[in-house]
Amino acid sequence: MKIALTASEKNIDTAMDPRFGRAPFFVVYDTEWGSYSFIDNEQNLNAAQGAGVQAAQNVVKTGADVLITGSCGPKAFRVLQTSGIDIVVGVSGSIKEVIERYNKGELKAAQGPDVEGHWV
Amino acid sequence: MKIAVASGKGGTGKTTVAVNMALSVDFPVTLVDADVEEPNGIFFLPLTLEKSGDVSIREPVVNSSRCTSCGACAKACRFNAIAITPKGAMIFPELCHACGGCFMACREGAITERERVIGALSQGKAGNLTFIQGELNVGEALAPPVIREAKKRAEGASLIIIDSPPGTACPMVAAVGDADFVLLVTEPTPFGLNDLKLAVETVRTLGRPFGVVINRDGIGDEGVRDYCAREGIEIVGSVPDDRAVAEHYSRGIPAVDLSPDYKALFKGILRKAKEGISSKEDL
Repeated sequence: MKIALTASEKNIDTAMDPRFGRAPFFVVYDTEWGSYSFIDNEQNLNAAQGAGVQAAQNVVKTGADVLITGSCGPKAFRVLQTSGIDIVVGVSGSIKEVIERYNKGELKAAQGPDVEGHWV
Repeated sequence: MKIAVASGKGGTGKTTVAVNMALSVDFPVTLVDADVEEPNGIFFLPLTLEKSGDVSIREPVVNSSRCTSCGACAKACRFNAIAITPKGAMIFPELCHACGGCFMACREGAITERERVIGALSQGKAGNLTFIQGELNVGEALAPPVIREAKKRAEGASLIIIDSPPGTACPMVAAVGDADFVLLVTEPTPFGLNDLKLAVETVRTLGRPFGVVINRDGIGDEGVRDYCAREGIEIVGSVPDDRAVAEHYSRGIPAVDLSPDYKALFKGILRKAKEGISSKEDL
C-alpha cells in the first residue's frame, strides 16, 4: 500500500505541508517496502488556477491508495475520489510521525472536501 | 470611435463618468455596460431593458467509453481544467476557458463540444441614447465572452462608450483592449493612486491612448496629480466631491440632471477624449 503526504521539504523529519494544491512536494511511503520517494509538484506553485486539480492528478500518477494532507478542496477531492484514493484531511505533524499515526489506525478518511473551492 | 471608461480600483466612479457622458450629448451615442459581473448603468438611465440574446461558450464533454486516459487533453489545457483519472479525463467547466485545445488534442475522438449559456445581453433605447448591457449568469466565472458579445452588438455605431469592469485582469482587458481612447477614473487617494498605476501599466502595454479623470476631487492628497505630472499623463477632467451628487446617485439620478454645470463638465470630458483620439491620428 502507498501513502502520499504533502511536503515542504524532501525530509521526512520535517513538518507536512498543510496545503494540498500548492505543496512543493509529495512524499509517497510504500508500506510494503518501508521506502520513501519524493514527487515534485512545483509546476503547480505558480499556477493561476487549477493547482488542486493538477496536484490531484500528480497524486493519482504515483499510484497512491491514500492521501494525507492539511486541507483539500472540492475539485481535487473529486479527482482523487474518482481515482479510488482515500483522503485524510486536517492533519499536521512531521511526515514520519503522521505515517506512524496512520498505520496505528488513528487517522480516518474524509467523506468530503474540508475547504471551499476558489477560482482565479 | 470607442471610448472605454476603466479604473484599477473598483468604486471610483466609472459608471458615473460613463453614464453622465452618454447623457450629456444630443447626438447619437451607444453606451455599453461591460461590467458584466455587476452591471448597474441601467439604474441611472431613463429606459427599459429588453433581453436581446444569450451568450454561450462551447465547453468540452468527455465520452468516457472512448477515452483512453492518455492525457493529451490535460497536457494541452493551459487552464488546468482537466485531470486524468483511471476512469478517463475529468473536466472542470468552471476552470475551462472554452479555447477548444483539448478538442483538437484528443486523437480518440473522445471529446465533443456542447453549447452552454453563461450570460445574457439586453438592450434599450431612449432618444439619442442606445444602451447595451452584458450580464454574466450567477455562478459563472468567464466574463470576457459576455463582454466581447456586448461590444459586438454596438459595432457600427459612430460613438461608443464602454463602461468597463474594474481591475486589470482579463475582463478589463476584454473591455478596453480595442478602445480608441481609455479614460482611467481614479480617486485622489493613496488607494486610488496605487490601482491607477496598475491600470496605467495595463493600458500602456495594450498600446491604448489614455487620460485620467479624478473623481471626488478635493478629498485625499496630491499623490495622483504628482504622479500624472511625473509620468506626463493628462488629467482630462475632474469631478468635485459633492454630497448632492452622491445623494442623487443613491436614488438613481445622474449628476447631469442636477445642474447644467455637471452636463457641461461631463460633455467636456467626452470632448477631451475625442480630441485625444484625433491628436493620436494626426501623429
